[in-house]
Amino acid sequence: MFGTYLYRELSNRRKQTAIIAAGMALAIALVMIVNGVAAGVKDAQATVLASVYGVGTDITITQDPETPVEGEEGTAQQQQPRFEFGADDGETADGTTAISQSRLTSGIASTTFDADALTTAQGLDTVAAATATLALTNVSFSGEVAAPDVTTDQGTEQGAAPGEGEAQGGRGGPDGAGGSAFEVDTFTVTGIDVAGESVGPLTSVELVDGRAFETTDSDSNVVILDTSYATTSSLAVDDTLEIGGEEFTIIGTVTSTSSDATTASNTYIPLDTAQRVADLEGQISTVYVQAASSTDIAAVQASLQTALPDASVKTQEDLASSVSGSLSTASDLVGKLGTWLSIIVLAAAFLISVLLTTSGVARRTREFGTLKAIGWSNGAVVRQVAGESLVQGAIGGVIGVVVGLLGILSINLIAPVLSASAVATTVAGPGAGQGGGGNRFGDAATTAAATTDIALQIPVTFGIIGIAVALAIAGGLIAGAFGGWRAARLRPAEALRSVA
Amino acid sequence: MYELNELTKTYETKRGTVTALNKVSLTIPTGQMVAIQGPTGGGKSTLLQMLGALERPTSGTVTLGDDELSKMPDSRLAEIRARTIGFVFQGFNLIPTLTAQENVETALAPLGLSSADRKSRATAALEKVGLGERLTHHPSELSGGQQQRVAIARALVKEPTVLLADEPTGNLDEQTRDEIMELLEGLWRDQGLTLIIVTHDSAVAKRAERRLTLKHGAVTEKK
Repeated sequence: MFGTYLYRELSNRRKQTAIIAAGMALAIALVMIVNGVAAGVKDAQATVLASVYGVGTDITITQDPETPVEGEEGTAQQQQPRFEFGADDGETADGTTAISQSRLTSGIASTTFDADALTTAQGLDTVAAATATLALTNVSFSGEVAAPDVTTDQGTEQGAAPGEGEAQGGRGGPDGAGGSAFEVDTFTVTGIDVAGESVGPLTSVELVDGRAFETTDSDSNVVILDTSYATTSSLAVDDTLEIGGEEFTIIGTVTSTSSDATTASNTYIPLDTAQRVADLEGQISTVYVQAASSTDIAAVQASLQTALPDASVKTQEDLASSVSGSLSTASDLVGKLGTWLSIIVLAAAFLISVLLTTSGVARRTREFGTLKAIGWSNGAVVRQVAGESLVQGAIGGVIGVVVGLLGILSINLIAPVLSASAVATTVAGPGAGQGGGGNRFGDAATTAAATTDIALQIPVTFGIIGIAVALAIAGGLIAGAFGGWRAARLRPAEALRSVA
Repeated sequence: MYELNELTKTYETKRGTVTALNKVSLTIPTGQMVAIQGPTGGGKSTLLQMLGALERPTSGTVTLGDDELSKMPDSRLAEIRARTIGFVFQGFNLIPTLTAQENVETALAPLGLSSADRKSRATAALEKVGLGERLTHHPSELSGGQQQRVAIARALVKEPTVLLADEPTGNLDEQTRDEIMELLEGLWRDQGLTLIIVTHDSAVAKRAERRLTLKHGAVTEKK
């Protein structure tokens, strides 16, 4: 009887069924799409983060830069790189001296800290793996200046007639008039533990050419390049590259395992080599930690923070906020507008469903009064009303899932491109300064920044479909509960009296 | 057998307390056909609701057989309505979305019968009231008289001992009225029912064994 009655009611009250189902379908489809986009954005953020922090990294440990005290010099590691040239430096030809220097520095806004932090992290039982890196920037200065002896000669010839000097062979410099020309080239360098831990930046890269680091590479002048950097710099395996004034042999090139992202650094060298060349012995800039259990990440974070009170201990979730660009905007949009829109539409759909169900019960007062008069219990009447609402919700749920999946499919086909960047270590941009006898240049570039365009792909998971089904059932139950409550309160005598 | 003892029912309204039944004492033996007449607002329908276990008295008692209806919980009253009492209403009160057969089956739903049992008993009840050919018709496809026959089949399909009819011919023309009354009388005789009819129509009331008049909540017997 229940099924027959339910079927007859829903098929004969098509308009009400259609309105409730449509409202529910719209809400469910919207929730699916918003949840799907949120998951897609999260995946994209994870991709960007993985390109910087590697796969499997749960927690990173860094140290925030100290604010310099006015009137005091910064620490050695915080000082801007200086390029100082002596009078005899460079090669002089035709009155022009070519000079070149290369400095490897951690940069002014970056802080390095003692490598004991790695030992501390590795000592925790809840830590499965940990490794340290040293993020550096190589700044190369090269240029041409007028040879000192030319300017001296000019000084002795101050009494000469204008134009006489040029007639004797020019005033030197690249323009032949005593001027100078300089070039500043920067690239990022990351010191890596060659022991090959299961965490760290190189876990999210794959070898394109040459070979990866081996333990025998420790303290060697060998370098692995990011493929993009190698291409733009016209470098290949077995070529050499000057880093911090020393020659390094290129042993391999790598690319990100994600087709959408670049790797975290332009170049990778052994950690101890990086410390030696940058004159930062025993210093590191980031510790990458993998928790023993994914459910213990918060606890591990707390333990590390206790063990290393001066350090900045961040989880992947914390780091997601460091992702910027349109991906970040999309994340904000989904997080705020999308969620609120879903809640509002869902609430409206539930409200419509409840109002239509309760008004339907009011309209069927005679019907339910009659059923109670012929012996139907309150429970039977409530079951009937709730059953009808549940089926209406389920119809809405099925349509909502189909519409939601079509929406997700459409977005995946369009694949909107979002740009994103995540910066592991922020360093001040290029600056310049002039010193007396030599040339001094400010700090340059940024380090470990992965900027990439990511095509948004929404994953279709059982979780998302499960949410839709749960919402459909919840909507039906809520409407059914209100309708059933109203039907249960209906006294048969009053119902029949209202008809009479 | 019904026994009503000092039965009083009052309603609170905005204009004050209305007494629908005032200390009504009455005995209706099993198998009797009773007509209740009276002016509108005299308490006829209220009395019928008391007899049908649809309403509880303000004071006094209503006893049906061994069951004292005024003190029973709702669930037990629903059970008595499901098994013992049949209702026929002036407006037929059929469910518009169900067929004639399905409407009759609604009265069997609380009894926990199988679907096949329900169908066969509903079919038999409809055949008994002359609607064997109209099983799959919806109420909107039936005349007033036919709809009332479906309602009678619904009331009797569970084989109750009491049939309560509230103006059963109020919406019908004279010829249909007579047909329905003949049907009810036939069923009353055949099944030994206690038949209680509330009516304005004297022609209907005259068919009853016993005639009561309700006026200002008080019952008087019409000889």
